[in-house]
Amino acid sequence: MAKILVDGVEYDVDPENNLLQECLSQGLDLPYFCWHPCMGSVGACRQCAVKQYRDEEDEKGMIVMACMTPAADGSRISITDAQARLMREQVIESLMINHPHDCPVCEEGGECHLQDMTVMSGHNYRRYDKKKRTHQNQYLGPFINHEMNRCIACYRCVRYYDDYAGGTDLSAQASHHHVYFGRYEEGVLESEFSGNLVEVCPTGVFTDRVFSAHYTRKWDLQSAPSVCTGCGVGCNTTPGERYGTLRRIVNRYNSDVNGYFLCDRGRFGFEYVNSGERLSEPQVRVKGQTEAMAPEHIPSVLQQFTGDVIGIGSPRASNEGNFALQHLVGEENFYAGVADGEHAINQLILQLARDPAFHNPSIREIEQADAIIILGEDVTNVAPRVALALRQSVRNEARALAEKNKIPQWHDAAVRELAQHDRSPLSILSSYATRLDDIAEDSVIDGPAGLVQLAHAIAHRLNDEAADAEALEPAHSDAAGKIAAQLKGARRPLVIAGSASGSLELLQAASNIARALQSGRDTPVDFCTLVPEANTLGLTLLAREENSLGAALERIAAGKASKLIVLENDLYRRAAPAQVDAALGKLESLLVLDLMPTATTEKADYVLPVTAFSEQESTTVNYEGRAQLSFQVHQSASTARPAWLWLTPDNISRVDDLIELCSAQLARFGKLDDLLPDVSQFVSGMKVPRQSHRYSGRTAMRANINVHEGRQPQDDQSLLAFSMEGVSPLKNAAILGQAWAPGWNSNQSISKFQEEVNGELKQGHTGELLIARDGERLSYFPAPTAKSASGDGLELALAHQIFGSDELSARSEAIQQRMTGAYVSLAPSDAERLSLKQGDRVSLDGNGGLATVCIRKKMKPGTAAVYCGDNEINPHALEARVSLSKVDGESPVRALDGLIVSDLYEEAY
Amino acid sequence: MVDKPLTKNIDLARGPMDIAGYEAADGYQSLRAIAAGLSPDDVLQRVKDSGLKGRGGAGFPTGLKWSFVPRGDDAPKQKYLVVNADEMEPGTFKDRLLMEGDPHLLIEGMIIAAYTIGASVGYIFLRGEYVASERALNKAIAEAKEKGYLGRNILDSGYDLEIILHTSAGRYICGEETALLNALEGKRATPRAKPPFPQVSGLWGKPTIVNNVETLCNLPGILNYGVEWYHGLTRGKDHGTKLFGASGRVKSPGCWELPLGTPIREILEDKAGGMCDGYQLKAFLPGGASTDFMLPEHLDIPFDYDDVAKVGSRLATGTMIVLDDRTCPVGMIGNMMTFFAHESCGFCTPCRDGLPWVDAIFRELEAGKGKEKDLQILHDHVEYMGPGRTFCALAPGATAPLGSGLKHFAEDFARHIKERACPYRH
Repeated sequence: MAKILVDGVEYDVDPENNLLQECLSQGLDLPYFCWHPCMGSVGACRQCAVKQYRDEEDEKGMIVMACMTPAADGSRISITDAQARLMREQVIESLMINHPHDCPVCEEGGECHLQDMTVMSGHNYRRYDKKKRTHQNQYLGPFINHEMNRCIACYRCVRYYDDYAGGTDLSAQASHHHVYFGRYEEGVLESEFSGNLVEVCPTGVFTDRVFSAHYTRKWDLQSAPSVCTGCGVGCNTTPGERYGTLRRIVNRYNSDVNGYFLCDRGRFGFEYVNSGERLSEPQVRVKGQTEAMAPEHIPSVLQQFTGDVIGIGSPRASNEGNFALQHLVGEENFYAGVADGEHAINQLILQLARDPAFHNPSIREIEQADAIIILGEDVTNVAPRVALALRQSVRNEARALAEKNKIPQWHDAAVRELAQHDRSPLSILSSYATRLDDIAEDSVIDGPAGLVQLAHAIAHRLNDEAADAEALEPAHSDAAGKIAAQLKGARRPLVIAGSASGSLELLQAASNIARALQSGRDTPVDFCTLVPEANTLGLTLLAREENSLGAALERIAAGKASKLIVLENDLYRRAAPAQVDAALGKLESLLVLDLMPTATTEKADYVLPVTAFSEQESTTVNYEGRAQLSFQVHQSASTARPAWLWLTPDNISRVDDLIELCSAQLARFGKLDDLLPDVSQFVSGMKVPRQSHRYSGRTAMRANINVHEGRQPQDDQSLLAFSMEGVSPLKNAAILGQAWAPGWNSNQSISKFQEEVNGELKQGHTGELLIARDGERLSYFPAPTAKSASGDGLELALAHQIFGSDELSARSEAIQQRMTGAYVSLAPSDAERLSLKQGDRVSLDGNGGLATVCIRKKMKPGTAAVYCGDNEINPHALEARVSLSKVDGESPVRALDGLIVSDLYEEAY
Repeated sequence: MVDKPLTKNIDLARGPMDIAGYEAADGYQSLRAIAAGLSPDDVLQRVKDSGLKGRGGAGFPTGLKWSFVPRGDDAPKQKYLVVNADEMEPGTFKDRLLMEGDPHLLIEGMIIAAYTIGASVGYIFLRGEYVASERALNKAIAEAKEKGYLGRNILDSGYDLEIILHTSAGRYICGEETALLNALEGKRATPRAKPPFPQVSGLWGKPTIVNNVETLCNLPGILNYGVEWYHGLTRGKDHGTKLFGASGRVKSPGCWELPLGTPIREILEDKAGGMCDGYQLKAFLPGGASTDFMLPEHLDIPFDYDDVAKVGSRLATGTMIVLDDRTCPVGMIGNMMTFFAHESCGFCTPCRDGLPWVDAIFRELEAGKGKEKDLQILHDHVEYMGPGRTFCALAPGATAPLGSGLKHFAEDFARHIKERACPYRH
């Protein structure tokens, strides 16, 4: 700790930080642009000028940039000094020279950091009376709008996009006051994290294109703390609603999970909530025709589902929905709604999650890793936010170098210039080149079976108690030794595996590596087991091991269950169509609860519409076993209800009651009710408003229907109110949807709610880790004897896409523009052997679906990586080896155009 | 005894000496001393003792700069020497003379510097327009390589040095040493923050010394003829000779090697031949466009670092730009502002957005559209873009002629506004 004097007041600060960060941590107002809490300082904007004094004697002082000056012990500075204030005012005056002042028509208006800083600096009178320079804007794809005239050249966009997120297609161009931030030519921004530009840009240069189509002011958005359901990471979000439609999603800070950033699936994949395709009323099938079902009939329908009824839950449904279904049908009749192979992997993931040898790291902890191995998971496409974290982990080498050279960690440009391309080692074992290859020290590409052998070889080299590979390809021998040495030498190694690879053997081999690393260490080893969906782990905790989907289908097919309730699940995405058809055909009655029509709802006798994530309060469990609470943002426009509300008896009408029941009944969910906000901390009768104190039009927005002011909708479910009135977050921020503080209208206001910059939120919590490390230590798994899959055809590996692999976000318009159709990746030699050309259409034997041929230079001959598209191909009907046959005259719905891979084979394209 | 160690071999009519001629004129003697066992520490001590200051403009002691390079087993093995030959300061053409006239002198200086700091690679970052220099240097490098003065195990000393000539794509900011390093790495030529200094983290993140051409050309003399000889060259407080130049309406503009401390009047009147007939000296910039105006009353002060600083300007490159009484000072400063505004790299706000505003005001002043309030804005910008406020020295350099011009030529500025025209145009 160090002491500094700011305008005569003494503060305890961390001398490892810079003065700007410490001033903000102390709650002081000091304007800035180019500094970002997790991107550090570069000193470009000169906005955070303060006066620094050498010592007590020094009365003259000198102007320094707070962001570029260490908070050294004994520092004496003044923020209020007249010269410093003048300097800050002059910087704003400069920035305003070319700024178009189009705030009234700018999407950023009202939450613009430039507006806030302008007011804070005191600049208000325009002296510049010459022409403004203007720029041409670019089309940057379906996610981001570009308005360069608003640019104040803080360089945050390129620092974020290129340096932080590893993008390559956005750059600073030209010079002097013509500097331009854009692509070398118009086109889709390639990074999967481009949406964060919207929040990183301090003004309206990069704006949310989806939001812009019908934007509204931040203060007019009804919002509440929410959790993303796009994948298994569970990033915290703040969705905003206006006039009954969900307008946008922005990041909600969680120090342990997503920090300041989201992926583009999470940010832009919400439009299905507003979709006209949504199931909006209860339906009944009468003589093959679907009819609306009157509400009064619903209780009697539900009463039919007793006796030999079983339920199939879902990894995309909340804990409340799954628990309510399990509660209704009984634990022995509740089945996991995931593919059988995935179910088996999930069981091992759960066992590993209880193994005291391991720790499943949070995003923040992943960023601490200094040697990483990824086994089979295409992290960028399966758990994107983790990929962004890994881009920070590999910089730990740079941080160590900086420390050695006494360069402060916040001095971002200097740290990067020092380290150049020196990175902490990242090894990727994958069946195809991934989007993280650019930062990988080693990238080994092989079929799944070959990867399993290599993984065992690595484990064995780390600890010879682990069985050696039985059939290691000689070519992989060096890699095994090198990767093992890198992991062994690490201070905090990290092993990443998961279920999306579809290989139980690879997860077993990964656990051998993690276990071998742990031997001889006092602390658990970071072993990150990724799952692809929002509540995979919650479902796995709930369903019995033997209650797999296959078991359910068999039970029905065997006539041992005649009634089935399917919760938010399309079984045709979870098992082979023939298997599902066979089972459903045997049913007496099928009830499906879902948001959107699916192949399964087509077969249902009864369909009940359920609410989307933003229309309900719910909990989910992420890959770490972290349970998080997501609040209802807005009301459903239709008769849709949360699934649990359809399924629970009348005596439970509040979600909190159901969560408490779940905690009380199931020890493994014992901590779930700790997520519920403590009611006693709020003054009696006062709720937390979803609407800001500036929310406008409340009495007018329905005036076209009825001039009488209706009663505000009541929320009897939660502590939140559909109202402007209640406890201000400035008084109690335990439930913090949109951050706002006086003078800080933008997302930068978050620093006012953090314990310190980048610290935990003052009153919030980061979720509850449900799974205790009290299980048994598993032992090493034996290595498979040889390549498991043999025979004709190509060895199958599954590929995933950030835009398309998630069922719900794939029904969002913006996401659809980035989706690619089903494809099969092949090595050039295999393509030549099979007389296939880039872009040819092929059928995959054993499966009705068609795929586009995608020849990739780095594919291993003899393997095929299949991306199934938006269920264009059913992966569960594929054999471990696939054979391809060319289909002529078929043109794909989506070609490969949107596909972004580094190794596309071009010569024949 | 040699009294012009920098230019003794230069005869522009003849062209540069080849390596044989250069060697005959005491060239590459220092290499033999190194091969005979002169240690890097010995060289460093001699350079420190010589009192040599950087000739690029800042005048920082060269030996001291070198001593910041980390040494010992812990230090990075790879180090770099970079020659700043990106001579783009307006009015400055001294390095060009050296490179076109005697390229081997620079090569020898580089070998001495690189040997001292332990660099095995030396880059010459050359201004792109200097094609004659490029030709001369390429030839000299090839000759030196052939002789074994460059490459592996130079003269059996166990020391390796490769020299790479890089011609710049051309921006003024590349003359700023850290922007130069970024440009050399293939990045945008924007300056880096200091600290860390290049001596610790420079090219490719490794310890790097960036020296000006003229600085390095001083080294062979210091090693060949000794520190005492070097101290004997000067007429002032700073040691050695310096290339001084004069441009503007003087009878014979040019560039001459003279002892430091030579009175300015001697350079202007004896070397440059005085003002052209019919013109009076109004003021002059002593060392390129980034220096404060000096007045005729300063003509008798010795031209060295301290004495020039005492009257509020800088020796900088030592190449004077002379302003006569019939040239509009507002126009002259305006020209420089156009240059600086265009050459701003665009990284920090005061420089990027301040200079174009200043430039726009000058254009209006010259067009007779100037307003009283504009003068206040100009004055404000002198402080706003001053030292410490901006990221690098470009904008503070621009404020030197601007600030001193506003002070010395207040009446000229006022007349532009009052008469709604440039009073110098007839």
